[in-house]
Amino acid sequence: MQAQATLDTVNNDHQELDRRIIQATQAGLPITRHPYQLVAEQLNIKTSLLLERMKLMQDKGIIRRVGLIPNHYKLGYKANGMSVWNVDESIIDSLGEKIGAFEFVSHCYQRPRFLPEWPYNLFAMVHGFSRDEVYEKVAIIADSLGDQNHGHEVLFSKQILKKTGLRI
Amino acid sequence: MELTATDKIIINHLQGNFPLDESPWEAVAELTGIEIDTLIERIQTLQDEGYISRFGPLYDAQKMGGGLSLAAMQVDKSDYESVTEIVNQFEEVAHNYEREHKLNMWFVIATEKPEQVFEVIEKIETASGYSVYNMPKQKEYFLGLQLKV
Repeated sequence: MQAQATLDTVNNDHQELDRRIIQATQAGLPITRHPYQLVAEQLNIKTSLLLERMKLMQDKGIIRRVGLIPNHYKLGYKANGMSVWNVDESIIDSLGEKIGAFEFVSHCYQRPRFLPEWPYNLFAMVHGFSRDEVYEKVAIIADSLGDQNHGHEVLFSKQILKKTGLRI
Repeated sequence: MELTATDKIIINHLQGNFPLDESPWEAVAELTGIEIDTLIERIQTLQDEGYISRFGPLYDAQKMGGGLSLAAMQVDKSDYESVTEIVNQFEEVAHNYEREHKLNMWFVIATEKPEQVFEVIEKIETASGYSVYNMPKQKEYFLGLQLKV
């Protein structure tokens, strides 16, 4: 009983610590020679513990990746088209993987339909320097799907109304 | 500011390879052939100039135990501004885009607990008078694309 209680306390401590780590790093790391050391000092923990927890979060997929997050728009990718596709549920996985494999697709998700007004169940984000480029890429996807594609549209973003990082 | 050849190497190589290590830069310098001081100075500049929006870990809200969804609304032109204001005031709304479609407002909801997504949607529906289409991802086909410059 006591051993279990101790273990739970440890788990809770780690949960609380991970939360503090996420809060301290979600807006970015300090761009310095020893960024983790600086974060660890700020959290009043050892750098080795910080790295141990972050590696564990990476193994669990809580941390997707560590590096720079490019600003597509500023880098010239002015056109961002959300392509949406109506495909058969029974083969959606193989089609999703096929679309996801194109190097110009940055995200590919299955999402619920809302019939009749929204028949699309596969979403693929396509980035390009211009709308024409996005349309060309969408045409490549359409070609690859052939008659497995029961209809698609491209929704261009007209305006960013809000953009903040993730906050917990 | 124009991107230099060095900047492009940095952007192309550092979208996911920053080590979790006490001295992370050594490996980056080796990978890119760029000196550590230059790396640090250029990344700071790229961030200051807005070419990179952030430098650090990218967290997955759902794996953190939170809720995440994409939601869409069909809003009349005349109400667009006021509904934008209503939607944006929710701190759970992370991104909000105007898109060219009948469904003309698309936003991402990120909450601490999964069930809170529905609460936020209900509140937005009540406050705006419009229905919200909740489109959480059911499956992700991931690729880990690296944007090339």
